[in-house]
Amino acid sequence: MAPEAHTDKVFDVELTALRDKLLDMGGKVEAAIAGSVRALIERDSSMAEKVKLQDREINRLEVEIDDMCRRLLALRQPAASDLRFITTALKIVVDLERMGDLAVNIADRAIQLNQSPPAKPFHDLVTLADLSEAQLKKALDAFVEKDVAKAEEVIQGDDLLDALYQKLFNELLTYMMEDSRVIRRATNVMFAAKQLERFGDHAINLAEMVVYMVRGTDVRHPHSRDVQQG
Amino acid sequence: MMRPQEVATTSELAGAKREELSGPKVVSAPKPAPTPPIEKTGTSETEQPKLRVSNLNAWYGKTLALKGVNLLVPPRSVMAAIGPSGCGKSTFLRCLNRMHELIPGARAEGTLLLDGEDLLSRQVDPVVLRRRVGMVFQRPNPFPTMSVRDNVTAGLKLNAVRGDHSQIVERTLKQAALWEEVKDRLDESALGLSGGQQQRLCIARALAVEPEVLLMDEPCSALDPIATAKVEDLIHELKAHYTIVIVTHNMQQAARVSDQTAFFYIGELVEVGPTEKMFTNPDKAQTNDYVTGKFG
Repeated sequence: MAPEAHTDKVFDVELTALRDKLLDMGGKVEAAIAGSVRALIERDSSMAEKVKLQDREINRLEVEIDDMCRRLLALRQPAASDLRFITTALKIVVDLERMGDLAVNIADRAIQLNQSPPAKPFHDLVTLADLSEAQLKKALDAFVEKDVAKAEEVIQGDDLLDALYQKLFNELLTYMMEDSRVIRRATNVMFAAKQLERFGDHAINLAEMVVYMVRGTDVRHPHSRDVQQG
Repeated sequence: MMRPQEVATTSELAGAKREELSGPKVVSAPKPAPTPPIEKTGTSETEQPKLRVSNLNAWYGKTLALKGVNLLVPPRSVMAAIGPSGCGKSTFLRCLNRMHELIPGARAEGTLLLDGEDLLSRQVDPVVLRRRVGMVFQRPNPFPTMSVRDNVTAGLKLNAVRGDHSQIVERTLKQAALWEEVKDRLDESALGLSGGQQQRLCIARALAVEPEVLLMDEPCSALDPIATAKVEDLIHELKAHYTIVIVTHNMQQAARVSDQTAFFYIGELVEVGPTEKMFTNPDKAQTNDYVTGKFG
């Protein structure tokens, strides 16, 4: 019996516009991380420059979304599910913007790496990138579809991402120990891998906020909560 | 036939106490714990809900207007009843001081305990009950032939409360956010006041009588935002000593003033819970739809 639409149709239009803008921003972050990893793997510096340029658009969207949320809070005094949606938007926009910055960091490393001879190909780096990207995509899907199960998959999926990062880290260490001439290059790759690992952490933040938005329960920091209760 | 408003006005007059509201202006001894006139359960009041409503049904003729309502109102708290028109929230409020039964053909069944006493019992004199459960109405209803001052003190006089009433007049009018506007015209007719002022006068009149429970039926619907804020501030002050149940169409008002919110829909209590939860994460989809403005 739950009606989907607000009695005040304009409010619906405003909420939809906010959601669409968040998805637009999410899509741009997806493109940024894909582009930056491609710039790294395919040694494409022009692609890296493009990622850096497009980050301005992501930053602009963050400011716009913030404005929209403030306006809705002030003028609509949203409650319950609407309130949770808007406060979620305010929080995930911060993560998305940061994810865009991480993509820019990778793009910067790509530009540096592209100035020296190719390093040994790291298949795990590609896998790590694919996984991070997939985590963001799934988190955004969970947000649109209000799908808690999908959000929980994202949260659980982080273990794999961490394990992969750790594996790559060890691999790069061994590589550097074997040949000290590659340290500079390998460190850049390691840095890029770290950005991807951080990227995955932000995807988790998104997923946790989706769970909050849908269920109203805060699933962040369960251990910290235990400390408070105990 | 008397209109319910007139009847209640009379009942307000019947319920006066000698103790004064404890507030910054009070010079007399602090208000003692309420001593109910009727028998009382042995349990301490702090541990018990002020009002305990069990399986309350109310009819208008053959129409069932309230269906099996169960809820508890803790002492010294504010409960807001919200819901669309015709949902039963005003009927619920009127049951709490037995005003509902004053409407021809109307009746209520169930258990309604005030400090453990069954208010619906035949042994309970509604007039005595209404000394303890006062009411402020949606439409201002000052006594038309009385001055501003006499309106405030009417209940005190009827209950033969002696002494200087001027202090009570000033204090209650200040509490009702009306003093500054009427202090120079206390002896003029109450009908000379604007609608909003009249309403605040009625709040002052209810406060002069000092009920334990104060029922408010859309008390701010005739007030401007400043006066509304003053009344809401007053509600916050009053709940230190009194139990308040307020019916309001203004959901933001419910969110601002109440500790608990009860959502009624078509005669049923859909959900009741802490106001913060009701407006951020209610359990029922119907509640969510109502507080987000999705009811057509």
